[in-house]
Amino acid sequence: MNTIAVESGLILAGVLFMLGLISVLVRRNIIFMLISVEIMLNAAGLAFITAGAKWVQPDGQVMFVFILTMAAAEVSVGLALILQIYHQLKTLDSDAANKMKG
Amino acid sequence: MKELLWLIPALPFIGALILILAGSRLSRSLVPVVGAGSVGLAALVTLLIGFEFLSGTRAPFEQLLWTWIEVDGFKPEVALYLDSLSLVFIFVITFVGFLIHLYSAEFMREDEGYSRFFTFLNLFVGSMLMLVLANNLVLMYLGWEGVGLCSYLLIGFWYKEEKNGYAARKAFIITRVGDTAMAIGLFMLFRTFGTLDIQAILSGAQDTWQVGSQTAVAIGLLLLGGAVGKSAQLPLQTWLPDAMAGPSPVSALIHAATMVTAGVYLIARMYAIFELAPLAQLWVGIIGALTLLISGFTALTQYDLKRILAYSTISQIGYMFLALGVGAFSSAIFHFMIHAFFKALLFLAAGAVIHLLHHEHDIFRMGGLRKKLPVIYWTFLIGAASLAALPLITGGFYSKDQILWYAYAGEKGNIWFLVAAMTGAFVTSLYTFRMVFVTFFGTEKTHVGHHAGTLMTLPLVVLAILSTLGGFIELPHTMGHVQLFSDHLSTVLPAISLKEGVESSEWIVQLIAAGLSLTGVYIAYFLYVQSPQSVERIKTSVNALHQFWFSGWGFDAVYDFLFVKPFLWMARTNKADVVDKAYDGVVVSTGYFHRGFAWTQSGIMRWYMVGIVIGTILVVTLSLIYY
Amino acid sequence: MITFYIAATVAVLATIMVITRYNMIHALLYLVVSFLAVAIVFYVLGAPFMAALEVIVYAGAIVVLIIFVIMMLNLKQEAVDQEREWLTPNVYVGPALLSIILLAELIYMISSSGTTAIREEMLDAKAVGLSLYGPYIIGVELCGILLMSGIVGAYHLGRQKKKVVHRFLELKEE
Repeated sequence: MNTIAVESGLILAGVLFMLGLISVLVRRNIIFMLISVEIMLNAAGLAFITAGAKWVQPDGQVMFVFILTMAAAEVSVGLALILQIYHQLKTLDSDAANKMKG
Repeated sequence: MKELLWLIPALPFIGALILILAGSRLSRSLVPVVGAGSVGLAALVTLLIGFEFLSGTRAPFEQLLWTWIEVDGFKPEVALYLDSLSLVFIFVITFVGFLIHLYSAEFMREDEGYSRFFTFLNLFVGSMLMLVLANNLVLMYLGWEGVGLCSYLLIGFWYKEEKNGYAARKAFIITRVGDTAMAIGLFMLFRTFGTLDIQAILSGAQDTWQVGSQTAVAIGLLLLGGAVGKSAQLPLQTWLPDAMAGPSPVSALIHAATMVTAGVYLIARMYAIFELAPLAQLWVGIIGALTLLISGFTALTQYDLKRILAYSTISQIGYMFLALGVGAFSSAIFHFMIHAFFKALLFLAAGAVIHLLHHEHDIFRMGGLRKKLPVIYWTFLIGAASLAALPLITGGFYSKDQILWYAYAGEKGNIWFLVAAMTGAFVTSLYTFRMVFVTFFGTEKTHVGHHAGTLMTLPLVVLAILSTLGGFIELPHTMGHVQLFSDHLSTVLPAISLKEGVESSEWIVQLIAAGLSLTGVYIAYFLYVQSPQSVERIKTSVNALHQFWFSGWGFDAVYDFLFVKPFLWMARTNKADVVDKAYDGVVVSTGYFHRGFAWTQSGIMRWYMVGIVIGTILVVTLSLIYY
Repeated sequence: MITFYIAATVAVLATIMVITRYNMIHALLYLVVSFLAVAIVFYVLGAPFMAALEVIVYAGAIVVLIIFVIMMLNLKQEAVDQEREWLTPNVYVGPALLSIILLAELIYMISSSGTTAIREEMLDAKAVGLSLYGPYIIGVELCGILLMSGIVGAYHLGRQKKKVVHRFLELKEE
């Protein structure tokens, strides 16, 4: 049953990561950017699990737990910041937050 | 007594120092006491030391004061070297200097820069004494530059007039050209000998070089370059006529008696190099001969009293160079001494005339001063007679005659030198007495304002006596064969050797020379006193030649074209200052880079993300390539 | 084995849908689908506990959190229009190019190293737990601190201070 090549798992992780990357670069809405970052994090976690499965050790899964925790914390703080930006700038355009230019 | 040698240069420096510090606070009567007194004391010390020197063995005396620099074997000291040659020079400098200081005490009394004048004069005398007493070439160069500086300061003394500043700058820059040549000569000397001690060089020169060695010739020519600059010979003679913008005592001291003879001193002092470099010595003679002719003819056309005397100075120093060029070293020094006396006299008297006639310089607007200013007339006449080398009674005759003789009879002399010297003698006599007759004879065109006081006339009298009696210490073979002067210098300078079988023709040369000078006097008398109209006719018939000679044979125009105009053009073109633009360029390009980088900080998040991604790609690519 | 490939395909397709939606809620729903597919992949790879965690935490908590915030912002149809305006096809060109380059390099790195390996075992929760509270205990502690700081940070940053405006200016604002 488990005769899958390791490469396939890693390539899947890579493709998902790339899709998330494209999305981050393309989107102008801050919330969509956050969602794209989540996609990328998920893909990274997948890569870890695959690596752990290759060596038949739980270390990969432990790493995924940490990533998960971090993603949760990041999303909550990030959303709080997005709320603040929305209240200050009255828009969800990431280009509006450009006071640090020049 | 010899230990007091250091006082001789020190006293004028101390005088200058006092005047720098307290000059403006001293009263009008105290300033000349300090100024002239310091030089007077130096003259006194010179007298005492001179007595002791002459009554002894005349062995050279060296006094080490302190070591100036000590770097890796290069060890010039501040040391004074007294021998027969430097004794002659310090005697002339302090004595004539003192007389001129006395004269200036009255001449410059009304001037507001009274103490400044004496400061510079003292500084000058000190530097000149340093120059001749130095035992090594570095210290001599110090004195050399010092006198150049003081010359600049004194020519431009009345700095409020723009043309005086221009003349001062011209003098400084032209002599600088010569100084650079001399400096290069000093570098080469150091490279050859490892030291710049004069006696070491002179004694080591024979062992180091063959006669005619390339290095010796090069060094000789370079030193000649330095001498030419300082002594206003061809091709660097253009600064001296313009230097007459300074006060007359300055012209007397610096540009007649002392500074311009520094070149003569240099060549005489370094005689060993010139003996080993016949080509260089020949050029010394050629330059001397050419200069004396060119400036002699120019003096014939001038109408400014001081300019005539300036060109005359250039011409007489040409005689000294000619003497050095044929190997008649002691004759050159003898002529220097006599020339110092009568030229200083002429300048001081000319200064008195100009001053008393309310700053009138044009001789054609003077006249009839013979009766009005008797003392000045007689002293001027004696000086002029010496300059024209009137036979038998003047000092100038004996000194110039000796040069004429050796120009022909010396081992390195030839007939062309003699012809040039004789022509020069004739022209000298002509322009000198032209000057005398036009200034002092005839009708009075400008009235005399007031009369000169004692302080101005006393130096004139003393110098007149010296220029007459001074000649008698060296009489030629045909007239008693007194050799006091050349004997005195024989301990230092080599004696001249004559060609074969010419001794008997000495009296012919003397006769011709005497005849020429008398003829010159007579022609001048005829043209300027008896029939002035013929002068006008002659002048209009050779007008082009007259203009050419008047402009100093066109040297000023040539230099203006070759050097001054291109330099001014470059300065004008570079008004925006290319070098500054290069520095500005750094600033401007930094600004561009700044703006460029600032543009990448757009504040747009996606932009930054793209940056991160591009960076990631680069790193990954690089790691792929290198593994 | 075939489960893996089906789940992988679903995950990729769902992610592509996430990328291209204009409406935030739609995108989030597709994201949930993607996460579920990835959870199945985890199960196939022998990590059942992780599959469960993925669904519970990621799909269940994080996505829900985002949905709540979107609702709090009270975005209307204009947000969708705005997004349609911003997301034109030619925006994709540059990023797609960069990402494809990176993906190519990644695939090159993956396929050029090592040989194909075959896995066998299931690593269940017990194994993970032993590892987590054994050698990686410090990571657990740090995660705790991280979560606490996340809570505190989110609370503090999310507060809205009431803006006090002078009554004259208040009138002006209208």
